[in-house]
This record gives sequence, C-alpha cells and structure tokens, in this order.
Amino acid sequence: MSERISRRTMFGLGAAGLAAAAGAGALATRSTPQQPTTAHAPSPSDPFPFYGPHQAGIVTPAQDRLHFVAFDVTTTKKAELVSLLQEWTAAAARLTQGKEAGSFGAAGGDPEAAPDDTGEALGLPASGLTLTIGFGPTLFDDRFGLAAQRPAALADLPKFPGERLIPEISGGDICVQACAHDPQVAVHAIRNLARIGFGRVSVRWSQLGFGRTSSTSRAQATPRNLMGFKDGTANMKLEDTELLRDQLWAAEQDGSAWMAGGSYLVTRKIRMNIETWDRASLREQEDIFGRDKGEGAPLGKKQEFDAVDFAARRPDGQPYIAEKSHVRLAHPSAHGNAHLLRRGYNYVDGSDGLGRLDAGLFFIAYQRDVRKQFVPIQMGLAKNDLLNEYIQHVSSGLFACPPGVQDAGDYWGRSLFG
Amino acid sequence: MSTIARLTLGVLALATLTACATETPASDGSAAERKSPGKVAVAATDTECKVAATEIAAGTSTFAITNGGSKVTEFYVYAPGDRVMAEMENIVPGLTRELIAELPAGTYETACKPGMVGKGIRNALKVTGEHTPLDADAKLAEATKSYKRYIESQSDTLLVKTQEFVDAVKAGDIGKAKELYPVSRTYWERIEPVAEIFGDLDPAIDAREADLAEGEEWTGYHRIEKDLWVGKDVSKDGPIADKLLADVKTIVAKAGTAQLTPLNLANGAKGLLDEVATGKITGEEDIWSHTDLWDFDANLQGSKAAVQSLRPVLEERAPDLVKTLDEKFTAAEAALGAHRKGDGWQLHNELSKAELKALSDAINALAEPISKIAPIVAK
Repeated sequence: MSERISRRTMFGLGAAGLAAAAGAGALATRSTPQQPTTAHAPSPSDPFPFYGPHQAGIVTPAQDRLHFVAFDVTTTKKAELVSLLQEWTAAAARLTQGKEAGSFGAAGGDPEAAPDDTGEALGLPASGLTLTIGFGPTLFDDRFGLAAQRPAALADLPKFPGERLIPEISGGDICVQACAHDPQVAVHAIRNLARIGFGRVSVRWSQLGFGRTSSTSRAQATPRNLMGFKDGTANMKLEDTELLRDQLWAAEQDGSAWMAGGSYLVTRKIRMNIETWDRASLREQEDIFGRDKGEGAPLGKKQEFDAVDFAARRPDGQPYIAEKSHVRLAHPSAHGNAHLLRRGYNYVDGSDGLGRLDAGLFFIAYQRDVRKQFVPIQMGLAKNDLLNEYIQHVSSGLFACPPGVQDAGDYWGRSLFG
Repeated sequence: MSTIARLTLGVLALATLTACATETPASDGSAAERKSPGKVAVAATDTECKVAATEIAAGTSTFAITNGGSKVTEFYVYAPGDRVMAEMENIVPGLTRELIAELPAGTYETACKPGMVGKGIRNALKVTGEHTPLDADAKLAEATKSYKRYIESQSDTLLVKTQEFVDAVKAGDIGKAKELYPVSRTYWERIEPVAEIFGDLDPAIDAREADLAEGEEWTGYHRIEKDLWVGKDVSKDGPIADKLLADVKTIVAKAGTAQLTPLNLANGAKGLLDEVATGKITGEEDIWSHTDLWDFDANLQGSKAAVQSLRPVLEERAPDLVKTLDEKFTAAEAALGAHRKGDGWQLHNELSKAELKALSDAINALAEPISKIAPIVAK
C-alpha cells in the first residue's frame, strides 16, 4: 500500500466531484514551505499549510466549524508524553492535508488489525482543517518537572462575578482546537488524535461549534452570534500586522523563550438564556449591545465599520451608547487599547431537559498576555455588562499555545520539552 | 408593641398616598366622593368573610377588616380579572386594620385570604354612582397609579417581615429565621423590578455568592441563607442583618417616590418571569434553602399585578391578548399550585425534572404574550 494515499485520490472522483478535483490540484503545490501560514485557502475544500513559524488556526481566516477538546494527561512518564506529542504532530501534519491519520488508512491495512484511520472522512477534502495545540496551567505542576517553565503570562484566571463554572467541562492539561469547513472533518481529526492518545491522555471534555462568530480577516464578513447580532466587528485581524506583533504573538523578551511565536488561549463556554432574550424588545437588545441589529452599526451611526463615538448623545441628552452596553465595555479604548483575537463559535448542545435550547457561544480568544488582555476586559464585562442578565459563563479554559512546527523533524512543544 | 406601631404607620402611609391620588385631575372627583366616604366593616374568620355592604357609592371607601380567626389573613378588592384595586396584607388574629380604596362605578369582588393562600373567600361588590370614563392617557396614568398602590402595600409588609426575620437572626433563633426567610423574601420578590431601578441596592440585598468578584463584600438575604442552612450559625450575622434591614428601608423609601411609566410596568412584568425562568426553575436563587418556589410564586404574583394594572388599557387596545393572558396566568398558577405544601411550597429539590419542565413550559407560554404588552402600551 502506498503510504501517500490520500482520501481524495481514493474517492475524489466519485461523489465529492469538482471540489475534490480542485483540492487535488492544490495538493501538488501545497507543500512548498515558502507559503505563509496566513494564506487564504483558494476554496473551502483546500488545505492550509501545517508547517510555519506560528501554528495555523489562530490568524487563519476562521473556518465554519469547530471541535475543541481538552485532555488530562494520564501517564506520569515524561518520555511517553513526548512520544505522544511526536505521534500527534505526525498525524496532524497528515490530517490537515486531507490525508488519513495513519499510513495504512481506514481500508488499506492488515485485515486482522483495526484500521489506523477511523474512516469517516474518506472522500472528503482537507476542508481547511487546522489543528492547534495548547498546554494548560496544570501541565506545569510537579509531574513532568515543568514548573519552572510555566510562563508568567499563563496566570490563573481570577474568579469573575456571576460565573458558574462547571469543573468537569473546564481546564485540562492539553487542548487541541480543530477548525474546518466540514464538521465531519473536524470531528474525524479529534477522534483520531484521542485514539492515538489512549493510555497516555484521557479526554476531559470536548465541544462542537458551528457558525464562526468572529471574522479574523478583512476578507470575511462579520458573522452573527445566536443573539442575532454581528459580533467581533472590532476584532484583531490578520491584516493588522503591527497589532498582531504587539498583542497576539508571545516574544522571547516576555520571559519564556519557548513560547516565542506562540500565543495564549482563553476559552469560555457562555450559555445564553435564549428564550428570555428572544422576548426582549428590539430597543433593549440594541441598547445592550450598543449596535443596531440589522446593520451592526454603532448606535447613532449608519455603517458597521463606522468608528464608535462614545461621547455622542441623542436629542434627549442620553448617550447613544449606554454606559453599560457591551460595545462600550468591551472596546479596546476602555482597557488601555487591549485587543483580543477572537475566533469563537456558536454551539447548541441540544436542549436542557426543561424545554429550552442549551445553546450559546463557545468563546475563543488568543492574545500575548492574559493578565493585560482577557482578564481586565472580562472583569469589566462581568461586573457591568447589561448582557449579563442573558448569559452565564459555565466553562473556562486557559492554554499556552506554542510556536508553529518548522518541518517534519519538529514536533508540537519541542521548544518546551526538547 | 413595636409591631403595632409599625402597622399603624403603614396604614397612615397608605392613606396619605390615596389622598394624594385623589388630588390629581385625572380622578373622576365629584363632590359626592368627599361627602360620603363610606365605611364598610369586614368580619374575617378562618372560614368566613362577612362584608357589611354589597353595594356602595363610587368614590373613596374605607374597609375596616377585623380578623376574628386564628390565621393571619389578607383582604382584597378585585376588579374583573383579579386586578387588585386595594389590598391589606398581614392582618394578624385579633387585629382590625383599615383599608382605603378608591373605586369607580362597576362590579368588583372582595376576598379574605385566611392563611394568605388561594383565591380566598369571595363576595360580589357593586359600586354605583357617577363615573366619568377615563380617556386613553388617563387610563395609562391610572395604570401606573394602581401599580404604585401595589408597590406601597408590598413595601409596607416587606418592612414588617424583614424586621421579623432580622429579629429572629439577631436572637439566634435559627428555626424561626429559617421559617421567616422565604416569607419575607416573598414581598421582596414581588416588587423586585422596581427595586432594581435603584442599582447598587439590589445586589446589597439580594446578591448570590457566585455573583461576586474576589474580595467583594457579600451582604443581604443569601449571605444569611447560607449561614442558616450551611453553617447553622448566625451568631456573627448581627451587622449583616442590620444592614439588610437598613437597605430594605432605603429601597422602600426610594420606591415610594419612583416615577413609573406604563413601559416600566410592562417590562417589569416580563422581567419577573425572566427571573423565574433563569433563577427559580433552575434552583439557583436559593441554592441552600431550596425555597425557590416561594420566590417563584411571588414573581408570578408581582408580574400579574403589573399586568392587571394595565388591564383597562389592554382591554381597549388588545382584547384578545387580555384573554390569552388570563388563560396563561391561570395555567401557570395551576402548574405551580400543584406543588403547594401547607401554607408554603415544596422545596426545589423535591421536584422531579419532569415537574420542573412543566413549570418551565407554563412560564414560557405566559412570558411570550407578556412580551407583547410593551409595544401596546407604548403607543
């Protein structure tokens, strides 16, 4: 069996049709290392480069689907953990390029052996899959001798007012974020990584998401969250080169050399009280966000990207943008110009047994230092945001995402473990 | 007895409010009003509610309710649809309390509620005489006035019951304090949307532990709740109890001067049901005492009071909606009523998931039509 067999070349001539053929065309040029990690994939079925100075899946234009997983490390042997990271890296390099997880694949191995790929993505293109790894604060305890390596910027989050965190779906030693345009491709990737990890890691929690709620590129339209509002208009975007350098990527002078080129990730599962929100008047909804619902323009302005004017007042003397509105409290100007790169997703976990949608936002934000960015921003929101009446934070994750994998000889986290 | 002194004050406050109300030009004020301020005696017992008159003249009447029974009772005058025109709460056995009601011509019902539960013992009451129908604006003004009467009467009893609760806490009487905790909260939960207008007092009175940031001071009902049910020790809660009472007094004073609009009423009615949906059905409001159903009932009643104050306007502008609201209120009350236990309620943790879902469904069914009130009264 050829170890280079790809899902597309096996099945791409059938139902997958044109998109698959286009994907196969891209395959030939994809592996040139000169390609920047931030490149736009020409079509939603194409792959993004896996190797590069930064991990893909951060400034990569946000794909439509998410499967996010957090693992607890169960092995106590550092060598086992390192070999897992090496195996994962090899699998991720294949999966993100539309190939199967193992070299034999779902249907090509010994008939007496369980296949080394689970098979549900056969015939599907790469679908823009990115896999991004992060290390949680608990990995830096005394098990693996990493305590001295824990970055100061990976500071435990404080308790925020109003949060109701569920420990079973919070935290984790290691996370992997899988984003793709096809949910089956994202799920396939996480499923195969979890399978490779059995005995060394155990899945602590995972989360599916759909309908990206942020745009991370100016080429993307601003999407809507489940409250029906455009979210992330003021997000940090991949075109903002200087801002990314200053506020997204960790640097050597930050104190942890192994994180240079990496970024810090915060996840928050934010449950929405969908039913009570839907009964709120349009005026209340718009006052809470500080934007109009149709266009997404700041109240008092006409277009989505019009600059927000917090001083503007209505004829009756009240500010257009209420003091405790979401846009005012979340705006960089309220936090010494602190930005976040958000790439969250909507989620619906069915219903809650009380006849209500179990739904909300799976918030994902990358930044250079949580102490200067997420923490002050969220503290301001948690204390004052009018939106709090309709939302509740139920899970929290914090991870240090190392720099990118250079080439096939490199692996996820080598700068930390190597 | 300090209790009696407070009760008297309460009645005076109510009388003052009514007097103020009659001065407004919107009143149908004829000279007849002042000429025949009828006094109607009401003899209440545990089983009877004898009202001395079945027909009275339009205008201001005073009901003197004597509780000859063994249970604490309440007295109400209802307009059609159980819109509260006047009410007197907390009439303890052996006491006579006076209630001043301003009633235009029409048909009403009176009710005594021995034990303070249920629909009460009802009697028809006819009010006759000259009555100029209110124009649209006057009806809206009357709606807010009517709701302010409700706020006043609830505030009045809130003070009394909070005092009793605080006294029990400070006396270290854990059993009594636990009994009074859900009862005093009832009056608070009925008027909470108005209280929330006063920003930082609401958290001081009603914050839950999870609402706080690190290092923030925690005061109010739920702090004492935790000490009563979890720590089982309130010996250090004297200052917390005193502060609770002081905060409640402040908020009651502020509520008395609050300017309300019909939109406040509509949004308040919706807000109370949101509270039920997000806090009470999930059991998050009273996580240690599990007395969420007391709060649930109070929110529902408070919502209904706000809606019923708007009823004359709604009947004119959206009669179908009134019908729907009546049906859904009745259904929600019936769903909740299934969990009555003695004078109180089952505990939240005694309800099955299916029972909680039935309550959730009833609230959703009611809250949807309630959310349609605001645009109607804003016209």
